[in-house]
Amino acid sequence: MTPALPTSADWERWGVPADWSRTIDVPERGAAARRWHVLDTGPPEVAESGPTVVCVHGNPTWSYVWSTVAGALAPRHRVVAVDQLGMGYSERTPRRRFADRVADLADAIDALGLTVDGPIVIAGHDWGGAIAMGWAVAHPDDLAAMVLCNTGIAVPAGRSAPAIIRLAASPFLLDAVCRGTPLFVSGASRLSRDRLTKVERSALAAPYRGAPQRAAIADFVDDIPLRHDAPSETDLAAVAERLNDVRAPVLLAWGPDDPVFNDDFLDDLAARMPHADRHRFPRGGHLLPLEHIGAPSAARVIADWLDGDGASTPAAATSVSEVSGDTSAADHRPLWAAIEDMASSRGAERAVVDMASGDALTWVEMLERIERGARALRSAGVQPGDRVAVLTPPGIDALVVAYAIVRAGGAATVADRGLGLSGLRTAIRSSRPRFVVGPRQARAAAQVLRWAPGAKMIDPGELVDGPPAGELPVPAPGEPAAVLFTSGATGPAKGVRYTHAQLGAQRDALAATYAISADDRLVAAFAPFALYGPGLGITTALPDSDVTRPGALTAAALSDACSKVGATMAFASPAALANVVRTASAVDGGAEIDGLRPLRVVMSAGAPVPSELLHDVANLAPAATLHTPYGMTESLPVADIELAAIDAADGDDPHGGVCVGSPVGGVDVMITAREFDAGEPVVALPVGAMGEILVRSPWTSAGYDGLWAIEAAARPADATGTRWHRTGDVGHVDELGRLWVEGRSVHVIDAAPGPVTPVPVERAVERRLRGTRVAAVGVGPHGRQQLVVVVEQRGQNGLASADIAAKVRSAVEPVGAAVAAVLAAGEIPVDIRHEAKIDRAAVARWAGDVLAGRRTKALRRH
Amino acid sequence: MRTLVTGASSRIGCGVVAALAGRGDDVVTLQRRHVAALDAFDVRQVLGDVRDDRIVADAVDGCDAVVHLAARVGVVGSWEDFRSVNVDGTANVLRAARGAGTERLVHVSSPSVAHEGDSLVGEGAGPPIVGRRRAWYPESKAMAEQLVLAPAEGPTRVVAIRPHLVWGPGDEQLVGRIVERARAGRLAMVGTGTALIDTAYVDNAVDALVAAVDALEPDAPCAGRAYVVANGEPRPIAELVAGICAAAGVPFAPRRVPMRVARPVGAFVERAWALLAPRTEPPITEFVAEQLGTAHWFDPRPAAADLRWHPRVSIDDGLARLGEWFAAGCPEWPHAQ
Repeated sequence: MTPALPTSADWERWGVPADWSRTIDVPERGAAARRWHVLDTGPPEVAESGPTVVCVHGNPTWSYVWSTVAGALAPRHRVVAVDQLGMGYSERTPRRRFADRVADLADAIDALGLTVDGPIVIAGHDWGGAIAMGWAVAHPDDLAAMVLCNTGIAVPAGRSAPAIIRLAASPFLLDAVCRGTPLFVSGASRLSRDRLTKVERSALAAPYRGAPQRAAIADFVDDIPLRHDAPSETDLAAVAERLNDVRAPVLLAWGPDDPVFNDDFLDDLAARMPHADRHRFPRGGHLLPLEHIGAPSAARVIADWLDGDGASTPAAATSVSEVSGDTSAADHRPLWAAIEDMASSRGAERAVVDMASGDALTWVEMLERIERGARALRSAGVQPGDRVAVLTPPGIDALVVAYAIVRAGGAATVADRGLGLSGLRTAIRSSRPRFVVGPRQARAAAQVLRWAPGAKMIDPGELVDGPPAGELPVPAPGEPAAVLFTSGATGPAKGVRYTHAQLGAQRDALAATYAISADDRLVAAFAPFALYGPGLGITTALPDSDVTRPGALTAAALSDACSKVGATMAFASPAALANVVRTASAVDGGAEIDGLRPLRVVMSAGAPVPSELLHDVANLAPAATLHTPYGMTESLPVADIELAAIDAADGDDPHGGVCVGSPVGGVDVMITAREFDAGEPVVALPVGAMGEILVRSPWTSAGYDGLWAIEAAARPADATGTRWHRTGDVGHVDELGRLWVEGRSVHVIDAAPGPVTPVPVERAVERRLRGTRVAAVGVGPHGRQQLVVVVEQRGQNGLASADIAAKVRSAVEPVGAAVAAVLAAGEIPVDIRHEAKIDRAAVARWAGDVLAGRRTKALRRH
Repeated sequence: MRTLVTGASSRIGCGVVAALAGRGDDVVTLQRRHVAALDAFDVRQVLGDVRDDRIVADAVDGCDAVVHLAARVGVVGSWEDFRSVNVDGTANVLRAARGAGTERLVHVSSPSVAHEGDSLVGEGAGPPIVGRRRAWYPESKAMAEQLVLAPAEGPTRVVAIRPHLVWGPGDEQLVGRIVERARAGRLAMVGTGTALIDTAYVDNAVDALVAAVDALEPDAPCAGRAYVVANGEPRPIAELVAGICAAAGVPFAPRRVPMRVARPVGAFVERAWALLAPRTEPPITEFVAEQLGTAHWFDPRPAAADLRWHPRVSIDDGLARLGEWFAAGCPEWPHAQ
C-alpha cells in the first residue's frame, strides 16, 4: 500500500538531490517498527554549523514542500524533512490522531538522534505547524527556534472554520473529496496558482496517486479540523494554551493569499507568542515554502532569520562621515497638546479651513470634535494600540478623525489615494485594521473589496455625535499611534509604525527647524503634511485642489488659501509648485497671487526639488525663504536646506548630487558602504565617499509592519549596538558636514571602472537641457553596467538625435562618467503620489531592451 | 626577447611589429608576401604559408614568444580553405613553439567563436563552440582556439585574445567597407540601429596583444584562458557608424532593414553569392546581419586584471584620429603614425 520510492530520475526532475531521500525504521510505542521516509541533507560541511532543522509538512503535501527551504539552509544546517506516517512515502498506517502524530514526530526525532548534539529548530507548514507546535511545547529544552508557515492552532476569534474543514461534517463528501478522488490533493497545489511550476505540482501529487494512498489525507481532515466537536479538540487546545510559554525565537512566515490559513491565523499566533518575528510576503500563498514569489523567497528569509541571530563581534568605529544635528532634548507632550493650549488661549480663532468646501473649525470646535470622536471610538470598542484605518477623504473630517483616533489611544492607519487604488488596497489589507472610519461608500468598498476583513465599520457621523463628556486617559508614549505608508515607488507600499513619543518628537523637530510659533499660519497643499498643522498649534488651510493630482494646484488656489488665513508658511510638493509657477505667469503677477507675498517660509519635499523651480517660486513669494526638507516616511525631517545654501552648494560642487543641507537637531547621519552585511556592525565611510545614507533620530519610526526580513535589513546596528535606519538613498557628506543625495541605492549604475550615481548625471543633463525630464540608468550585468541617459521627448522611442546625444555627452563628461548611449522616450514613468520620482528600474528595463536590438513597447508615464 | 609575429601584413600585425621593435625587442615576421611598410623597422621577414610546417618551424626557431595573427578571414572560400589555414596553420605554430621551447604563445582569436547569434550583454569570454557550421570563419577559429587552449604538458604557455571589431586609420575590414558603401549610397542599417556594440580601436588592440605577451609569465593567471579585448565603451551601432562616416566626410543616410528581413536575406544572399560570384564578398550574410542587429558588448574586467591592459584611446579620440587620417588623404601606414 505504501507507494514505491521515487527513482533517481524522479528526484532529478524534481530538483532534489537523490541522496537526501532515505528511510528509517522507527519503533512505535508498544508496537512494530514503522518505516518513515525523510529528506535528510546530512550535516553541513562548514566547521561552525547551525542547529539541525526538522521540517514537518501539512495535509495533503509531503516533505517535498520543504525541499527549497532545505536547499537554502543546507550550507549551514542539517535539515531533516519527514514524511508523516500514512503520508508522502512513509508507511501507510491505520488512522492517527493529532496526539499520535505529535508522539510519532517525537519518536522519529529520537530515533534519528537529532537532539543529541543540542536543541533543534522545528519548522511546520499547514497542519504540520500544529504538530510542530505540539512537539515544541512538550520539549522546551530541545527547542532552539521555531518557524511556522501558514498554519494555525485554533480558529481565530470571530471567524468560522475554513470551508474545507466543514467537509468533515459530511463523512460521504469528506471521503469523496479527500480519498476517493484526487480533488483535495490537486486543489491544494492549485491554491498556489502560478507560484508553482508544473513539475512541482506533479511532485506534490506523486505519492497520492491511488485512493488507498490517500486514506490518511481524509483522516487528517477529519481529525485536526478546528471544529468544536473534532476528535482532537482538547489536545489542540492544550497546545494552544502552552504556546505562551515558548521562549525560543519564533518566525511566522506568511503567505497572505491563502483562503485557509489567512491573516487571522497569523494574528492569532502572534498574539499567543508576542515575541515572534513576523514576515508577511505580499505575493505569497498557501504553499509558501515552495512558492516562487520573487525576492526575497521564503527560503531566503528563513535562512537569514536562522543565521542572523548569531552574536556579532563589535569593532571600534571611527566615524568620519557621521554628522549630527544640534541636540535639544524635549519632554514628551502628546500630539494634541497644542490643540488644547490653543482652545484655551485663542479658542475662537480658526484652527482649520477647507477652501474647497468652505468649512472651518475654531480651536474650541476642533478640540470638542476630537474629544467627542475619541470617546465614540472608545465606546465602539477601540482599545489602546488597535489599528483604525482612516478612509475619510482628505479634508477637515479626515484631520479630526486622525486626531480622534490618536486621542482615543488607537493607531491611526493613514493611506492616501496617492498610492493608487491597488496600492491603497494592499496597504490597508496588510495593516489589518480592527476598525475602519469612512463615509458609507468607502466602507462599502472596503467591505466588497475585502480591504479590511473582520474590521468593524464606523461612520464619521458617529464620531461627531460622540459623548460630550467622559474620561479620556492619555496613552503611554511608547504605545502605537500611527501606521503610515511609503509611496511604494519601489514595490508594494510598506506600513511604517509610529509611537506617540515618535510623533510628538517629530512635531517638535518641525517646530524647531522652522521656528514655528503660535502666530504662524500654514497652507498645506500636500494632504499628509496637513496632519501636522493642528498638532503644531497653527491655523491650517487646505487649498482648493485635487489632492490626488499634485500637479493640479494653481497659483490662484494657493494664493486664495494664503489670503484666507493670512498664511506665513506653505507646503507643496515639487509638482504642485511647478504648476503654481506655470499658472502664475498666466495671471501676469496681478492681484490674484497677492496671498503669496507675506509668506515667510515655503517648503517643498517628497521628491527632488530643482533649485531652478525654487528660484521661480522666490519671485512669487519675495519675503519667503525656500526650504526643502529631506526625509522619508520612516524618518522626517532628516535634514533641511534653504535656497541660498542650495545655490552655494551647487557652486561648491556642481556634480556632487543634490545637497540637502545639514542634519536637523536631533538627527545623526552616517554614510556606510553601499553593499554592507546587515549582520555586521555598520561603520562610517570617510568624508566625501559615496555610500548608503543611514539615519537615526527620536522620531525615526518604530519599524515596518509585519515585514521581518525588510525590518532586519533596514535597521543595521553600529559597533555600540544602536540601530540605524537605512534610507535606501546613496550620497556623501562633505567637509562642511553637508549631506548630498546621489540617488537610490538600487539605481546606482554598477560600472566596471566604479559605481556611477544617477542624480549627478541627471542634474548635469537637466542644466543643459532645461525643462527636460532625464533618467540615468544602468544596463547590463552588475559590475559591468553601462551608463545610459534617457531624455523625455514627445513622440520619441529610441535613439536620441545626434544633436541631443552630443549635448548630453558633453554635459556628463565633467561628472566623470562615460555615457554608452543617449535614448529618447515619449514619456518617462514617475510615481503617482509626487509625479516626480522616476521609476528608474522600468526605464532601465526599457533601455536594456532597446539597446539589445529588441523591439519594445514605449514607456508610459504611470 | 625575440618574438615571431605571424600574419604581420595586416594593420594590426604591423602595429604589433612596430610596438615590439620600437621597445627594442627582436622581431621576426611570417607572412606570404614581403611587407614594405615593415622595412622601416629592423625586422626579419620570413615569407611563407602557415600551412607549411617546415617554414613555420624555421620562423619559430629561437623565439621566446609568438603572436599568431595569421588567419583566413571573411566569408569567401571553401571550408577546406578556412580549415587548412586557421586550424592546421595554428596546429603548426603550436607544434613548432613546443618543439622550440618557446614559452609564450599569444593566439589571436575572435569573439565570434563563442557567439550563438543572440545578444551579448556584458558577457565574459564564453567557451568556443564547434559544430555549428554556420560560417566557416567562426567555426575554424573555434576549432583553433580549442586546440591551443587544450591543457598540455610542456614549456609553452598560451593565451587566446579575441579582439572585437578592430577599427582605426588604415583598417580595411570595418572602416573601409562602411565608407565605401556610404559613398556609394548603399549603406544599410540592420534592425533599429540601437544595438549596443563594443569595438576596439586599433592601437588599443595592438597594446592588448603586446600586454598579453608580457603577461605570460610563469604561473600567469591568463595562461590557458581566452579574453575578449575591446574599448569597454559600447555605443549604439547607428551612432558608431555615423561617427565613422563623419570622420570620412561621407554622408550617413542608411536604408533601414528590419532584422526579421535581414537575417533570411543574409542567409539567402550568402548561398546565392557562393554560386554566382564565389571569389567576392557578398554584401550581407546571416552572420553579419546578426552581428549588426544584436547587442555585442563584454565584461572588460578579466582582460584588465589578468593582462594588466587598459585602452589608451577612447572611442571619441579614435574617431578624431580617424578624421585626421582621412583629412590627410589616407596616408599609408606607418607614415600615419
